Amino acid sequence: MIAIVDYDTGNLRSVCNAIERIGAEYCVTSDAAIIGAAERVLLPGVGEASSAMEKLRERGLAEVIKGLTQPVLGICIGMQLMCRYSEEGGVDCLGIFDADVRRFTPDRGRGVKVPHIGWNSIENLRSPLFEGIDEGAFVYFVHSYAADVCADAIACSINGRRFAAALCRGNFYGTQFHPEKSGDVGEALLRNFLKIE
Amino acid sequence: MVAKRIIPCLDVKEGRTVKGVNFVGLQDVGDAVELGRMYAAQGADELVYLDISATHEGRNTFTSLVERIARGINIPFTVGGGISSIDDAARLLDVGADKISINSAAVRRPQLIDEIASKYGSQFVVLAIDAKMVDGRWLITTHGGRRLTPRELFEWAREGQERGAGEILLTSMEHDGTRSGYPCDLFARLSQQLSIPIIASGGAGSADDIAEVLSAGRADAALAASIFHYGDITVKELKQMLHDRGIKVRL
Repeated sequence: MIAIVDYDTGNLRSVCNAIERIGAEYCVTSDAAIIGAAERVLLPGVGEASSAMEKLRERGLAEVIKGLTQPVLGICIGMQLMCRYSEEGGVDCLGIFDADVRRFTPDRGRGVKVPHIGWNSIENLRSPLFEGIDEGAFVYFVHSYAADVCADAIACSINGRRFAAALCRGNFYGTQFHPEKSGDVGEALLRNFLKIE
Repeated sequence: MVAKRIIPCLDVKEGRTVKGVNFVGLQDVGDAVELGRMYAAQGADELVYLDISATHEGRNTFTSLVERIARGINIPFTVGGGISSIDDAARLLDVGADKISINSAAVRRPQLIDEIASKYGSQFVVLAIDAKMVDGRWLITTHGGRRLTPRELFEWAREGQERGAGEILLTSMEHDGTRSGYPCDLFARLSQQLSIPIIASGGAGSADDIAEVLSAGRADAALAASIFHYGDITVKELKQMLHDRGIKVRL
């Protein structure tokens, strides 16, 4: 069973639909006991980082997530909340990944837009999460803030500056992109996540 | 660098896709979910579904269609047509829409952009603008181009960005459905003034037109309907051609 953490940050539907498409069992929950007992945990999220962090804390889930020992995958804001600090709302986050999250700078002359919306290629893939996925594969991003490249980075991408497209430390994984919206590549990644011991 | 996006647009009426030339003379071209899945398999980067029956009946039909689309399609999709309140937006978000596009209702009440963006994030809000050249100035129209407003395009687009729109979907009503090419100078000028992505719409008659608006027109994405629906070129062929011309696309 996969626990999809519900902390009231917008649409969980697309993540649920994607898990259904690959035929896995899931439940949507904010219950600490269910999250703790799940085989795997997904932390989705859209919206603004500091309010999302506050909602996680309000529900007493910040410490619960930090203490998990099963495979955990944060998606987009979910990944950013697992970093040290986010410039969005100036908020201290869970501090699982050794990275800070900073805003992109638009550069009209070079065609760098903010938000970074669309399909971008990912490189320097180094994780079982990317098994069977080629260097340079395209995945779907929607965000204005991004984690810096650091020792925990397992994939990188570029939007004006180079940033961490995915992070991993121990049993914790995070993708800045949306595997649930990244076509066949995204589905392959979610399947890989289900296989991680 | 992010790839340029190719976005087939599907007009929906009673759960079926249609496309009209200049919005008149509709012709049924198929089931909305199946057609969307076909485009996704061909390499479409996103899909846009516009409910053209929204102002009349058929709104509930569209909502349940959106739910089916969200289950069946693994790429992002935007829905639009008749969204005039935060409740309309919430209803579509709840059934799985990734983004909504708002048009006339935002012109009527610009705060709608702020309301939806602050509640659900800018990434959820596409501001659709239908523009028309009148006496040398680009002005905004509403109601599918039928009503001309005194609002100036560039000023409205900048205001939309400031209010929290995540993308601008710009259609030239002079060119829409005519398949005579995009006004590239217009798109290039707008692109220089905004930091958010611009989706070019209306007028694609050939792969060359799309290549031009993505390069000279500096658009971040191109939305088209007729050339795909009538089978002139597949999404896959188009993207290969763009790639061959040095335009970064996802193949």
